[in-house]
Amino acid sequence: MTPVVEVRDLRKVYPLEGGEDVVALRGVDLTIEPGEFVAVMGPSGSGKSTFMHIVGLLDRPTSGTYAFAGHEVSALPSDALADLRSRALGFVFQAYNLLPRTTAIENVELPMVYAGIPAAERRRAALEALDAVGLAKYAQHQPNQLSGGQQQRVAIARSIVNRPQLILADEPTGALDTASSEDVMALFQRLNDERGMTVMLVTHEADVAAHARRLVTFRDGHIVADEPVKEKVPV
Amino acid sequence: MISLVQTVRLALQALVRNRSRSLLTMLGIVIGVAAVIVTVAIGTGASSSVANQINGLGSNLIIVIPGSVQTTGAKTGNGGASSLTVADGLAIAKLPGVSAVSPSVNVRGQVIAGGQNWQTTVTGVAPTYTTVRSWDVASGRFFSQNETDSAAKVAVLGQTVVSQLFPNRDPVGQTVLIRNVPFTVIGTLIGRGQSAGGQDQDDTVLIPYTSALDRLVGGTSAGALMVSATDAAHIDSVQTQITGLLEQRHGIVAGQPDDFSVRNLQDIAQAASATSAILGLLLAAVAAVSLLVGGIGIMNIMLVSVTERTREIGLRVALGARSAAILRQFLIEAVVLSTGGGAIGVVLGIAGAIAIAVFAHWPSSVPIASVFLALAFSAAVGVFFGYWPARKAAALDPIRALRFE
Ligand SMILES: Nc1ncnc2c1ncn2[C@@H]1O[C@H](COP(=O)(O)OP(=O)(O)OP(=O)(O)O)[C@@H](O)[C@H]1O
Ligand SMILES: [Mg+2]
Repeated sequence: MTPVVEVRDLRKVYPLEGGEDVVALRGVDLTIEPGEFVAVMGPSGSGKSTFMHIVGLLDRPTSGTYAFAGHEVSALPSDALADLRSRALGFVFQAYNLLPRTTAIENVELPMVYAGIPAAERRRAALEALDAVGLAKYAQHQPNQLSGGQQQRVAIARSIVNRPQLILADEPTGALDTASSEDVMALFQRLNDERGMTVMLVTHEADVAAHARRLVTFRDGHIVADEPVKEKVPV
Repeated sequence: MISLVQTVRLALQALVRNRSRSLLTMLGIVIGVAAVIVTVAIGTGASSSVANQINGLGSNLIIVIPGSVQTTGAKTGNGGASSLTVADGLAIAKLPGVSAVSPSVNVRGQVIAGGQNWQTTVTGVAPTYTTVRSWDVASGRFFSQNETDSAAKVAVLGQTVVSQLFPNRDPVGQTVLIRNVPFTVIGTLIGRGQSAGGQDQDDTVLIPYTSALDRLVGGTSAGALMVSATDAAHIDSVQTQITGLLEQRHGIVAGQPDDFSVRNLQDIAQAASATSAILGLLLAAVAAVSLLVGGIGIMNIMLVSVTERTREIGLRVALGARSAAILRQFLIEAVVLSTGGGAIGVVLGIAGAIAIAVFAHWPSSVPIASVFLALAFSAAVGVFFGYWPARKAAALDPIRALRFE
């Protein structure tokens, strides 16, 4: 099977005026197969977010190659990257990033709006995604009428609504209490188990990472460990 | 890719989410456009009523006024007041192509009847005045040549004077005191309404010019002379003849300035249209300034909005919005604000014009072209002042935008 993500010798350098350049990634190699659930850990500043942004086609590497679903993307024009993001990628952020004063269902529909999907189809898929995260009842609620855990689940519904080939989550439980974190991680696990969705998430907490099947550890812009998760948390 | 219709919907949703700010942003354009529509309406109403008035006077009318012509009009100095005499008028009446002549001797003074008194303009004219001004009596009769020759103490009242002095009575047969001289009312004039300058034409009393000269002011000055040409086509040649005749009668040699001026209604109409052209320029300047100010207001708010919505923009980009889609959304937001403001302004402006017509009795009319022009300009303002903020939004780096606090 074609890997979803295949990066080779990926480097990212932030040039700094009047000082030394910051090297955020110093040669990263990683392959993610369809259906994998990868947790990324590592100390602060080790390059996890930088790596996620490049994999999520929001940023470009300084050097190295990146094939997404078998296609080399480093040289694609930014409109083509935007189209790939709208069709093939799903994002979950630490800060939820829902549009304020906008209903849950309209938030979930947003990626499909940019993908140019007709309204009726959008509605149907958005309701289905909300149902998948257990929030079908809350379709007409606005973000300020939802708890943090519920908001993050709406954001997850938004990330899966286009049936993306890869879901990227950067510290999705960072702003949640333990119980909500468990809910959200159980949800990711279920999406991975039952729907075979490929997930890569960054976290600082070992018990969050324990929900994944594979654990990648970053340090100083390198991958220093890449191993299966030993005790998998039962769904 | 996202369609234009969808982008418009996104823009509208964003505007509705910030309802009160959107309305406040529109305010500048609303006020500017409403002000322009109202002033255009008044200007158009005024100039069309000038045109009506001039046509109502009769296109054959020539007016000879004392005093020399200045650049903008005639100057009637104290010395020039007596330059035209009744004899001049009689001489003009004998010219070919002239059908009637009437002097017009103005006497300002109080008119008293019963317990009422009224300040009005008393004008001494000849019986030919009804022909010259094409103005008939509504009741009673106009004075005759005999009454004029004998300087009879008879008067014909305009409708305003009738309603002021004889609110509930028939004035014909009554007596009025003009400067304490008793005159018998023999008729009333048909109502004519306001003149272009807002003057009430019905606020007048007509008496024989002989009576005015002999009994009220003294002297032989005819004031102005109103001449009616037999045919509108002959106006120019009649004017030349009048000028020649009067120069000869007044002993004015070539090179010397005339002590009178001869004008026809076309001259007056031209002066009026020159005035309204200047008014139009002023209006255009006011419109430009107010739309500029409104546009800068929109740009200002759009820039604030782009900064405030940085995270939202980053999110949209992450979810797959091309930068062109972001640019279009913000540009559409600006155009909707400006055009919406323009539309509200047009509605308010039309309402204002109607209110002025109803309550202040000012003639006003809104030319349809000005409505379209106002809307087109508003839209252009939106595009022009919305472009920079929209480009700023489209150029945001999504990663930084998502991190923005
Ligand atoms: N836009 C930027 N300009 C300059 N340096 C940057 C920029 N973004 C990241 N860096 C630097 O790159 C390095 C990696 O940053 P990154 O955000 O990837 O770390 P991280 O592993 O996600 O850390 P954390 O766990 O705190 O989120 C850091 O040293 C950081 O300062
Ligand atoms: Mg990070």
